[in-house]
Amino acid sequence: MFRLDGKTALVTGASGGIGAAIARTLHGQGATVVLSGTRQAVLDSVAARIAPDGARVHVCPADLSDPAAADALVAAAEAAAGAPLDILVNNAGLTRDGLAIRMKDEDWNRVIEVDLAAPFRLCRAALKGMLRRRSGRIVSIASIVGVTGNAGQANYSAAKAGMIGMSKSLAQEAGSRGVTVNVVAPGFIQTAMTDVLGEAQREKLLAGIPLGRMGQPDDIAAAVTYLVSGEAGWITGTTLNVNGGMAMP
Amino acid sequence: MSEIADKVKKIVVEHLGVEESKVTPEASFIDDLGADSLDTVELVMAFEEAFSVEIPEDAAEKIATVKDAIDYIEKQKAA
Repeated sequence: MFRLDGKTALVTGASGGIGAAIARTLHGQGATVVLSGTRQAVLDSVAARIAPDGARVHVCPADLSDPAAADALVAAAEAAAGAPLDILVNNAGLTRDGLAIRMKDEDWNRVIEVDLAAPFRLCRAALKGMLRRRSGRIVSIASIVGVTGNAGQANYSAAKAGMIGMSKSLAQEAGSRGVTVNVVAPGFIQTAMTDVLGEAQREKLLAGIPLGRMGQPDDIAAAVTYLVSGEAGWITGTTLNVNGGMAMP
Repeated sequence: MSEIADKVKKIVVEHLGVEESKVTPEASFIDDLGADSLDTVELVMAFEEAFSVEIPEDAAEKIATVKDAIDYIEKQKAA
């Protein structure tokens, strides 16, 4: 089950904890993976860990805050892999947290640009080929805060909620061609981003998670693998909440 | 038939997977050639690419038949 042999996948934000786990897992299922991100050296080392011999792994750096770079990434990934894109995983994202009354336009705009507009541009580019080929899988990594909101993250939660709405629309547009568009909304995942939390904060967080632990990047990778697999061919427009039970929308 | 008409016809045959004989000037993409709304958008994009023209949304909406497409592109190319 869930094999991806012969499939080509683009994973954005592959230099981060969750993105690297997604890329590794898809590769493990047989897919050719194209890793994107802004940091070439980190991407290279992630690629080397995924496949020391370089088999079925490619690196395609791109700065998604640049609209032209986002527009060009799908074609670049297909050129690197030498095959059309079957799977797009929109994982790249950033945060610029702050309470709304002090949030600068610049922080709002940057998060909307990178976390919502860039995924849209990638979907648009990927869908053209997928619709024509009558197959394809798009999974975007949103966040629990896109569903529940979170103080200090008006920009980030707006972008992630936007991603969910966008995916539902794209699912309806692409459904007649067998292309599915879904979302995975992670809860608190143990990564560099959450390692900075203090002990007290961590305790409080865990108390709100029925499954009693922080999530691991592999928990997200498994959900993505399922949604991009052939077996998930009748699931589209959905948001899979992977959060240890922290929120059950 | 003009070069443009030939090329339009070829694109329609390719995109919709229909027999060439069915692609008459009067043929409606949706009513006669089995296209859905997504097909018509894809066709317009294919025309744009093949002829290096831009077909704005309001013009695209009026392209319902093969002849509509040929006429529009010929007009753009002549301009």
